[in-house]
Amino acid sequence: MNTNASTRDVVNVAAFGVTALCAALTLGILFFILGYVLIHGIGALNWDFFTKLPKPVGENGGGMANAIVGTAKLVGLAGVFGLPIGILGGTYLAEYGRGRFSFFVRYAADVINGVPSIVVGIVAYTLVVMPVRHFSALAGSIALAMILIPISLRSTEEFLRLVPNAIRESALALGLPQWKVILFVVYPSALSGISTGALLSLSRVSGETAPLLFTAFGNRFWSSGLLNPIASLPVMIFTYSIAPYDDWHRQAWAAALVLLMLVLLANVGARLMLRRRTYT
Amino acid sequence: MDRLFRALTFIFALAVLALAALIAFELYRNSVLSQKAFGWSFLTRQIWDPVEEDFGALTFIYGTLITSALALLLAVPVGIGVAIFLAELAPKPMSEVCAFLIELLAAIPSVIYGLIGIFVIVPIMRVQVQPFLIKHLGFLPLFKGPAYGIGLLTAALVLAIMIVPFITTITREVLMSVPREQKEAAMALGATRWEVVRMAMLPYARSGIAGSVFLALGRALGETMAVTMVIGNSTHIQASLLAPGYTMAAVLANEFAEADSELYTHTLIEVGLALFVITIIVNGIARLILGRMKVAPVS
Repeated sequence: MNTNASTRDVVNVAAFGVTALCAALTLGILFFILGYVLIHGIGALNWDFFTKLPKPVGENGGGMANAIVGTAKLVGLAGVFGLPIGILGGTYLAEYGRGRFSFFVRYAADVINGVPSIVVGIVAYTLVVMPVRHFSALAGSIALAMILIPISLRSTEEFLRLVPNAIRESALALGLPQWKVILFVVYPSALSGISTGALLSLSRVSGETAPLLFTAFGNRFWSSGLLNPIASLPVMIFTYSIAPYDDWHRQAWAAALVLLMLVLLANVGARLMLRRRTYT
Repeated sequence: MDRLFRALTFIFALAVLALAALIAFELYRNSVLSQKAFGWSFLTRQIWDPVEEDFGALTFIYGTLITSALALLLAVPVGIGVAIFLAELAPKPMSEVCAFLIELLAAIPSVIYGLIGIFVIVPIMRVQVQPFLIKHLGFLPLFKGPAYGIGLLTAALVLAIMIVPFITTITREVLMSVPREQKEAAMALGATRWEVVRMAMLPYARSGIAGSVFLALGRALGETMAVTMVIGNSTHIQASLLAPGYTMAAVLANEFAEADSELYTHTLIEVGLALFVITIIVNGIARLILGRMKVAPVS
């Protein structure tokens, strides 16, 4: 240790100054991104964006109504496929899972969670697109569901574990069978947590682009049913931003703003919901 | 009825296990043609010729590793710095809010990072940063060549922004879990606050920080959209960090939907398989380190 007191004080102040700079830099980047998307997005947003189909290449104007509906459809379906697995699987881990099997399930969930989303897209491609030989909304939503499952599994388990055991025991002591205890006592007490977790997992997959590139693909028109290619906001942002048309760039910013708002609302909302009730 | 409900939840838990196995199996099964055609040399050859159907993945592996390594180089010091600030200097309420805001960085969809990358970072790199680097460090092969704006360094910069939250969140948590006695002991010896951090806290938090770095690395290796939009898509390895490159995830994003022959598709899936194996190993290491400490990673 350097014994010169004044140098040590200088080092102290300088080092913490650097850490404060790091924090300012990181938060600055966050606010810059939010502000930049807001400014460029607001200028580009109009009624047409929400209500019109994309115009043919080269024509200005039009909107992304089909992509907005497409994203809702893909994310909704992903929830229908993925949430039951995540929530019921998570219930098993929290309520019954002690031994080896649960360890492997948790491990598998971590593995899936770590798989790059584009690789998940490949698997959805080989499972759904390859057999029927064309891109489909179904394939896209299955890809998103695979990403959603580990997230909702772990969050469900976590929130169920927060329910105090005394509540379970008192219900059991009244003579309720365990399934009724879980269904009518444990679930209601963990409801806000589980639904927040579900909301967060949906918001997370709503911004996913990579797994949709070759599953849902894209579509410049309305897509009917589940077996046709379908447009989505993230993929539209990607294709519009790398295209050489100024009007497309403008619309990419508008789409980015809409997507960012969705994701931020879900995250801030989840935060507020969780703050209101916490177990100790 | 009790057994029925239990069996039901068991089946869904089993489905998760099956899904992980299915992912591995599908990647393996659908890349056999490429495995047969190129063997292990697939990983060490640089050629990428869809017309002659002669493929090697080295360019992409190189690009993935170099961008991720550079991103870590930039993000680790900043991420740890932020964590120290939030754990030691910021008052508790402010620290909580800032931690939440920094987690928001991780929630922003990667395609939006790509958008910012294309329209903000690339022009800055082309007009200011890269000419500066060429002028002052151009004698190094790493900083040679024209300033395109896009390229390996730009991709690494975008990646760095994206992975800072992974490092900060966990590092802040482990720093805050350093026992009070440990800090007070150092203070009692006359250490300044910074010396407490450096000598009593960082060594204690070492393994947690290492875990967070591996977690961030796992994320950087597989990141697709933001990288694809700024990396430049060049299938040749160039020494310069300013030159365009390619990553494994980016080549999948760009070429998969257009692969017209079976071998081409299998080849791309093998790239996916390689990426899958690498990320499993990296995440496995992170889990091994963090699992012992019971710190929940951000998902």
